[in-house]
Amino acid sequence: MSEKNFLMGNEVLGRAARAAQADAMYGYPITPASEIMHFWAGEAGSEAGHDQGLVFQQAEDEIGAGFMLIGGVLAGRRAFTATAGPGHVLMQDAFAMAEAMRLPVVAYIMQRGGPSTSTVIYSQQEVTLACFGGNGNGFRIVYAPSTLQELFDYGLKVFNTAWKYRFPTFLLGDGYLAKMLGEVELYDPAERGLEIVPTEPYLLEKKRGIDLKNVIPSPELEVRYSDGVEYACLRNCLNMEEETLTVNQEIKAAWDKMAKEVVEHEYVGQSAAKTVVVAQGIVAAAARQAVQEASGSVGLFRPITLNPFPVEALRRSVAGAERIIIAESAYNQLGRMVKDALYGQVQVPITEYYRPSMSILPEEIAELIKDNVAV
Amino acid sequence: MPEEMSKLEIRSALPKCARLDSKPHLFCPGCGHPEVLKALGFAVDELGLQRRIAFGVDIGCSLLAWDFFDFDTVETHHGRTVPVMVGLRLGNPEAIAVAYVGDGGAYAIGAGHLLNAAIRNDNILTIVVNNGLYAMTGGQEAPTTHPGWKVKTAPYGADQYYIKAPEIIRNVNPAAFVARGITSRQPELRQLMKDALQHINGNHGFAFLEVLSQCPLNWKTMDSAEATFRVLEQEHAKLFPTGRF
Repeated sequence: MSEKNFLMGNEVLGRAARAAQADAMYGYPITPASEIMHFWAGEAGSEAGHDQGLVFQQAEDEIGAGFMLIGGVLAGRRAFTATAGPGHVLMQDAFAMAEAMRLPVVAYIMQRGGPSTSTVIYSQQEVTLACFGGNGNGFRIVYAPSTLQELFDYGLKVFNTAWKYRFPTFLLGDGYLAKMLGEVELYDPAERGLEIVPTEPYLLEKKRGIDLKNVIPSPELEVRYSDGVEYACLRNCLNMEEETLTVNQEIKAAWDKMAKEVVEHEYVGQSAAKTVVVAQGIVAAAARQAVQEASGSVGLFRPITLNPFPVEALRRSVAGAERIIIAESAYNQLGRMVKDALYGQVQVPITEYYRPSMSILPEEIAELIKDNVAV
Repeated sequence: MPEEMSKLEIRSALPKCARLDSKPHLFCPGCGHPEVLKALGFAVDELGLQRRIAFGVDIGCSLLAWDFFDFDTVETHHGRTVPVMVGLRLGNPEAIAVAYVGDGGAYAIGAGHLLNAAIRNDNILTIVVNNGLYAMTGGQEAPTTHPGWKVKTAPYGADQYYIKAPEIIRNVNPAAFVARGITSRQPELRQLMKDALQHINGNHGFAFLEVLSQCPLNWKTMDSAEATFRVLEQEHAKLFPTGRF
């Protein structure tokens, strides 16, 4: 039965992981994400958690947590972590390995101010890091929820996306959503007809349902048989440039196929609006209110997946626009993606409203829509 | 040039769990790694653990072990093999999780992971190959480099400090299996491997085995086996006493 609860954002995420049948969390304390780990520690240590074999490990640092997470996924666990800011930076080491081998690690990332240690509440400055961190090409799926309810909906969904398509999958929230209290409808995914995508170990699985050749780039995998038993050897250090090219080409092909099915956006307001606001995450929540209250031809385009970015949908949404407004709590991180998507497509002015680590209120968006703000 | 060994001769010289079609291996001639790996392999054969091993290999020369065995194996990042094996073992309590790491990976970049795995008494075996320097990257100073050794990043001689890891691990974890072996005493090394594997197979927690090993290339003793063994047994084993801790 679904039920309405008055909850804090981080607890919503903990409950989303439980609803998704996640069974392992590896983490390291950091504000504003710590309560996710607190919740999980309580679940894993409870009698029910113990009976269900839930795993929890607090690591020595975020590098350790990230690599433990990889170990959990290799063991076939529906495993996740939660982090923020400088911890998110440290986890890029593990995320790069996950990206190279298409390991379905899941992370709830609750952004905080930056650069460096900075502040802990409101910020959207980890967009580039979440989408394109690491020494690769950004083959990681990133969802950006904008409400408490979406923390639950997408906190649940990230696990299915990760295991269905075998890519690292992140939920990118922020400290404001993490610490916000509000009403959320919790539900069992089965009630909504949502199936839980099964997991499968990469190592020590002797009855495979999924051929590893289909989910790991071919130069990184050797499978041998000895006495009728399959042994899998996985690597990420390669000898030849051509092998690295092949790895990237194979990941790219899988990415392009996945992207068509996974990419998501929301559009609010008049279709073919003359003024289109582009915002994501918590800023989009403010923009939604401003657009709904605005008079005139106004719309909001919100990418729900920041990566893959809804390029085609954005182009369609601004086809009739005379003006585009980009608002974000960062300098030019969402902005760069929007302009990249629209390059050569539109000839209209773009207002760029960038307030790193500052809240952006509906009133500010309303003033931007009225063109009353000098930026 | 020595005559090429036949497949049969190679097979009989190797543990049963070693993968034949990845031989000859890619380590340098005279390297100690294959001796460490063979000791591990024979111990695994004797204990019948092959199908339960999850073998994690680090970056550096240890990565060349990625297809040495018919084990389920994963190559990780530099210094990160211990946490991968910790996470895997927590996820699969049936796994015999073995982390295979060099002294740079274990004691420099991965030192925090190693120490905390020991403190938590994580049920994994960590094997560290100690050859006194970073070998694959070209012979740089490691936490195990002997005082006065001239290496690429200490061209005027390494300083007086170095790490005695088994001694530290014993200090933080009285229950762990802790030992230091040496490649030149194979029966003893094989017994240490067996005892270490039995420790984790019995769910007794952290097992740690450092193995003193030779690097003729970076020790600049490629042309003399005698010189290699002189450094190994008279210098290296003198600085790092073998035994159980």
